[in-house]
Amino acid sequence: MRKTILMAALLGAAPTLLALPSLAETVKGLRTVDEFDGIENETERSVALFTEMMAVIEHPRCLNCHPVGDSPRQGMDMHPHVPPVVRGDADFGAPGMRCNTCHGEENFTFVTKEGSIPGHSPWQLAPIEMGWVGKSAAEICAQLKDPERNGGRSMEDLHEHNATDGLVGWGWDPGEGREPAPGTQEVFGQLTKAWIETGSACPDS
Amino acid sequence: MVSFELNGKDVSVDVPEETPLLWVLRDELQMTGTKFGCGIAQCGACTVMLNGMTRRSCVTPVSMVEGSSVTTIEGIDGPEAEAVQAAWEGLDVPQCGWCQSGQVMSATALLMEIPKPSDEDIDNAMAGNICRCATYVRIRKAIHDAADKLEG
Repeated sequence: MRKTILMAALLGAAPTLLALPSLAETVKGLRTVDEFDGIENETERSVALFTEMMAVIEHPRCLNCHPVGDSPRQGMDMHPHVPPVVRGDADFGAPGMRCNTCHGEENFTFVTKEGSIPGHSPWQLAPIEMGWVGKSAAEICAQLKDPERNGGRSMEDLHEHNATDGLVGWGWDPGEGREPAPGTQEVFGQLTKAWIETGSACPDS
Repeated sequence: MVSFELNGKDVSVDVPEETPLLWVLRDELQMTGTKFGCGIAQCGACTVMLNGMTRRSCVTPVSMVEGSSVTTIEGIDGPEAEAVQAAWEGLDVPQCGWCQSGQVMSATALLMEIPKPSDEDIDNAMAGNICRCATYVRIRKAIHDAADKLEG
């Protein structure tokens, strides 16, 4: 009898023990910077940090408004925006139907149905040179480091943007009915900083 | 209390600040020309002008228009609006008419920015205004007619 109880206790404890490491080192599904401390080679650590950043960059909350074409996407399946809208000259829609024809200054929860319409001020597409949809991690990494394709930002500016920009931050506060990007903006900013400090190395593919 | 300018007159309403502007226009201020269609900014029937630009009133918390200028179909005027409404009448554009106040607002906004729009300009501006009677061919023709009239 005693042996049976001991076995049950061990079996019951095993999954908990196995799960502990991952619980301790992620925030809402995004690994924190210290998790990469064990990678001794700095360039390899930098690549690993960027690969973790990609979990955010590639999330539909971010990708949907970084299209390589002239129309945004919507939803976790990244379907074309409904109603059909265009980028326009200022990445802000067409005359007569700008982004803020529908998108307000804050997320707005629908009154008559479930869900919400996202909002933030400003609300607009990323410029076309910052388009990411369909690109590899290596391509996006090179793009982020290129001032001609990152809005003229230095690496310091890029960190500031990722860590504090309000529209970037919307990705973690996307309104009712929408899955947020992994982690938090704070962790994303820390990953960006650590990636830059380790030489902002890019993955091969 | 939220205060704003509606069709050139100052108004104040005592409603919860998250109340959609459309509810305020229709239920509090009896401006029923603006219609409820979908309630989720997918059809365009509730389009008004907010500080001179189109805005779907069903997803606009009334707190957002504090101190702003709102124009509805009852108050819209100026050469573009007059040309659009004349062209609408000339071609008998509406069928059931439910979506038409929103269509007129978007068409007017387009002509205020692009006096001589192409078909593509019209499609881009009007893509969010759905017409369940499918009067799209007449809508496009009426916008071209209004542009011609404005050009003189």
